[in-house]
Amino acid sequence: MSDVVLRLAEVERVYRAGEGSVRALAGVSLTVRAGELVAVMGPSGSGKSTLLSIAGGLEVPTSGSVEVAGVGLGGLDSTAVAHLRRDRIGYVFQDFNLVTDLTAAENVALPLELGGSSARSARAAAGAALDEVGLPEVADRFPDQLSGGQQQRVAIARALVGDRRLVLADEPTGALDSQTGLAVLQVLRARIDAGAAGVLVTHEARYAGWADRTVFLRDGRLVDATPERDDARRLLAERS
Amino acid sequence: MQRNAVRWGLLALFVDGPKYGYQLRTELDTRTGGSWAVNVGQIYTTLDRLVRDGFVATAGSDDQGRELYALTERGRAALADWYLTPVTETERPRNELAIKLAMAAQDPSVDITIVVQQQRTESMRQLRDYTDLRRQANEDVDLTWSMFLDHLIFALEGELRWLDHVEGTVLRRRYTRPASASTSAPAPGSKSASFPAEAADTAESGRARR
Repeated sequence: MSDVVLRLAEVERVYRAGEGSVRALAGVSLTVRAGELVAVMGPSGSGKSTLLSIAGGLEVPTSGSVEVAGVGLGGLDSTAVAHLRRDRIGYVFQDFNLVTDLTAAENVALPLELGGSSARSARAAAGAALDEVGLPEVADRFPDQLSGGQQQRVAIARALVGDRRLVLADEPTGALDSQTGLAVLQVLRARIDAGAAGVLVTHEARYAGWADRTVFLRDGRLVDATPERDDARRLLAERS
Repeated sequence: MQRNAVRWGLLALFVDGPKYGYQLRTELDTRTGGSWAVNVGQIYTTLDRLVRDGFVATAGSDDQGRELYALTERGRAALADWYLTPVTETERPRNELAIKLAMAAQDPSVDITIVVQQQRTESMRQLRDYTDLRRQANEDVDLTWSMFLDHLIFALEGELRWLDHVEGTVLRRRYTRPASASTSAPAPGSKSASFPAEAADTAESGRARR
């Protein structure tokens, strides 16, 4: 599990604001490997969303570099970045963002079809992706016929369909009750364990607990990160 | 480990039938994932007291000659009473972290953001490690262990929310009371420059959580 799927190096992002400027990110470095889920926590305005946008190629850093699946985004033109995004990166949002006029299977197949796959092979891959999130039975239903938790699991299937290996999740449990939220985290975690890489932005510690590491962002800087795993049973014994 | 917790925990183990002394230790270990770390001596001392109080009585021996103990009517009633009585005496007000932060908040030479962040990282690490254990636990097989881990997870989640709150409160005070900050609270280092923005941020995220 040593292959790096996402690498941010000294990423800086400055926005112009009137006469001055705002540094949303001030030199952030972060590496996420296959099989790894990294949680990002921090107060609003600390740069979490900017970090996610830059990792996903939606925004360009003012300086520093971004690499996804071994490809540096800095050297690509906007069309190539769009293709990389479509083929390699999936997003999961708080409000699910499924296309309401398409069935669950069509939603999941969409990035593949846009990428030129035949309808038949895209459909087969979508079926497999829905199986992996435990929802084979909803393939032909429309988003409004699904519960929030089911929609989010469909969104996870779409995020990791085909060759996509990086999922960027922005408060994916924000619109769900806590039991459903945990069920969604369980599905996301299982997909990561199967070899994907993930970044999870959340303000809920309980969900961040599912990540391998949590990094803390403040004023555009990573101020701290949880260390490697310890023997939790030993910790428990010491606590008692 | 509080003596009371061990006492009642042991007594509760008798509900599903007579047990011999060492069996109590094994069962307590299994149900708490080994985390209670109660030694054999303490088990036997506690058992003696339970017998003395009439909550448990000898009940013959098993086929290997080990002396068995069983719950008495009196013990059953005491246990029922315990279940229905809320826990009031806890270590809560003497929690080291509570004291540390309460003191740090008053001390102008301490940068509370650093104290809070270091604790946040440590609490988050524990939360992750317990979440790992909880994911491996099967509540159908071992309900006590699963619930015990849930307790730790919820407690840490509460602790982390409280840390955000403490940070927000202290920063807001320092921001809204600049006069006292300049006289009695020389802000540590460069952090002072960013207090206003940080205070606003923390307050906002605190609201979003509720």
